[in-house]
Amino acid sequence: MIGLQHYLTLSAMLFVLSIAGIIVNRRNLILLLMCIELMLLAVNFNFIAFSRYLGDATGQVFVFFILTVAAAEAAIGLAILVVLFRNRRSINVQELNTMKG
Amino acid sequence: MNLTDLLAAAPEMTLLGLICVVLVADLFVEEERRVITFWLTMVSLAITAWAVFETAPVGRVLIFDGSYVSDALSQVLKIGVIAAVAVTFLYSRDYLRANDLHKGEFYLLGLFGVLGMMVMISANSLLTMYMGMETLALSLYALVAIDRTNVTSAESAMKYFVLGAIASGCLLYGISWIYGATGTIEFHQLADRIASDPSVNNLALWFGLAFLLVGIAFKFGAVPFHMWVPDVYQGARSPVTLYLGSAPKIAALALTLRILVDGFGGLYGVWSDMVMVVAVLSLVLGNLIAIVQSNIKRMLAYSTIGHVGFILLSIFTGTEQGYAAALFYTLTYVISAVGAFGMIILLSRRGYEAENLSDFKGLNARSPWFAIIMMFMMFSMAGIPPFIGFFGKLNSIDAVLTEGYTGLAILMVLASVVGAYYYLRVIWYMYFEEPADQAVLLTSTDTRLVMSLNGVAVLALGLLPGWLWTLCLQVLHGH
Repeated sequence: MIGLQHYLTLSAMLFVLSIAGIIVNRRNLILLLMCIELMLLAVNFNFIAFSRYLGDATGQVFVFFILTVAAAEAAIGLAILVVLFRNRRSINVQELNTMKG
Repeated sequence: MNLTDLLAAAPEMTLLGLICVVLVADLFVEEERRVITFWLTMVSLAITAWAVFETAPVGRVLIFDGSYVSDALSQVLKIGVIAAVAVTFLYSRDYLRANDLHKGEFYLLGLFGVLGMMVMISANSLLTMYMGMETLALSLYALVAIDRTNVTSAESAMKYFVLGAIASGCLLYGISWIYGATGTIEFHQLADRIASDPSVNNLALWFGLAFLLVGIAFKFGAVPFHMWVPDVYQGARSPVTLYLGSAPKIAALALTLRILVDGFGGLYGVWSDMVMVVAVLSLVLGNLIAIVQSNIKRMLAYSTIGHVGFILLSIFTGTEQGYAAALFYTLTYVISAVGAFGMIILLSRRGYEAENLSDFKGLNARSPWFAIIMMFMMFSMAGIPPFIGFFGKLNSIDAVLTEGYTGLAILMVLASVVGAYYYLRVIWYMYFEEPADQAVLLTSTDTRLVMSLNGVAVLALGLLPGWLWTLCLQVLHGH
C-alpha cells in the first residue's frame, strides 16, 4: 500500500536532487533553470499529497498558483538568459564572475 | 461577504487599475516626451496613497476568508512603500534620461513591484504572501536587467533570479510542510491550531518553519543567505539599486512580522534561536566586510546586511517593544538609504557611473550643499546623534537590553562602532580629499528640492523622534 510517507519521500528526493543539481552543475545555465522547475514540481507533489491526506482542497488550489507563477518565472528567467547570451556569447555558469569582493 | 468588505483591498485594486492605464498610455507617448509616463506614474502613486488613507480601517479588517488583512500596521507600511518608491522615481528620472534608459518599463515594473509589496504587507495567509512576494520578485528581476546592453546588469540579474528562485522554492517547501502539519495556511488559524492542539507542534511543523525562515532570510538578504545582495546592488544600474535597497525592506519586514508574530507567535521558542543566529551573523559579517569595499554600492550593500541584523535582533526579542523597534529601524533606514543611493545617482553623468568611493572625493568643493546632505545620510546610517539612525539603533538596543540580553547589546554597539568607520570614511573623502573632477552637480529643481527635504528629514526626525516612535508602538499594539 502506498501511503503518505512514500509521496513525501519521493518529493523530498526530488527537492534534494534539484538543489544538488543547482550546486553541482557548473556549466550550463539552462540546466539550472530546469533544476528550479524541478524544485517547484517537488513542492507541488508535497502539496497534493498533503491535500489528499487531509481531505482539504487548499493544497490543490495552492498548486495551481505555483504552476502559474512558475510559468511566469520561467519566462523571465529565459528572457534574462537571452540578454546574458547576447552580451557574453556564453551561458557558462563559471563565467558569471565579473564582480568580486 | 458584501461589497463594502472589498474596500479593505481598494488601494491595491485602484493601483492595479491605474497601472493598466499607465501601461496603455505609455504606448502612445513618443520617445522624447517620456516624461509624461513619469508624471502619470507619480499621479498613480498619489491616488493610491490617497486610497490607503481613505480606506483606513477601524481596528483590524479581514477579508477574502481571512487571507487578506487591513490594519493600522498595513496602512503605515503601505504609505512608507509608496513614499519611498515615489522618491526613487524622482531621483531616477534625470539619470535614466541621460543614459538613454528612460523607458516606460522602468516605471511600470516599479509600479507592479509596489503592487506586490502592498499585497505582501496585507497578506494574512501563506498563499497571499507568496503571490505578493512573486509579483515583487518578478518585477525586480526584470528591473535589474533593464539595461540590456550592460554585461554586469545581465549577470547580476541572472544571479538574482537563480538565488531568488531557490529562495521561493525553499519557502514553498516550508509552506507545504506547514500546511501538512496544521491543515491551514491562514495566519490566525495557524496561531489557533498551534495554541489549541499540542499534537500539531511536532517535527513536521518545525521542519516547515525552518525552510520558511530560510526563504525569509533570503528575501531580507541576511547572512548566510546574503550572496546575492552585493552582486545585485553593484551590477544593477543605480536607480534600480535605489529601488531594490529601499521599499522592499519595508515589505520584507511586514512579511516577517505577519508570519513569525501573527502566525507563529506560539512557537517563539522554536524560531527565536534561528532568527538570533542569522541576525548576529549578519550584524558581524555585514559590517566587517563593508570595511574593505572600494565600490560604494557594494559597501552600502554590506552595510544593509548589517542593518538587517539590527532589525532581526529587534524581532528576536519577541516583545511588542522589539517589534516596534524593528518597524522604527526599517522606516528610518529606508529614509537614509533613499538619500544615500539617490546621491550616487546624482553624482553619475551620461556614460559615467559614479560607483566608487573615490568618486566622492572633494564633493564639498564641487557642491557643498549636496556634501552636507550626504554627510547627514552617512551620520544617520552610522548612528550618530542627533540624526534619526541613532534613535533607530537606540530603540533596538534598548529592546534587546530590556529582555536581558546584555551580550547581544554589547555586540550591537561594537558593530555600530565598526560601521561608523566606513561611513565616516565617505565623509573624509568628501571634505578632506582633492576632487578628481571639478564639475558641479547638475540637477533639476524638483530633484534638488526633494533631496534637500530628504536630508532635512533625517535631521528633523532625529531631533523629534518621539512621534514616530509612538506611532510605531501604536500600530504594533496587539500584535
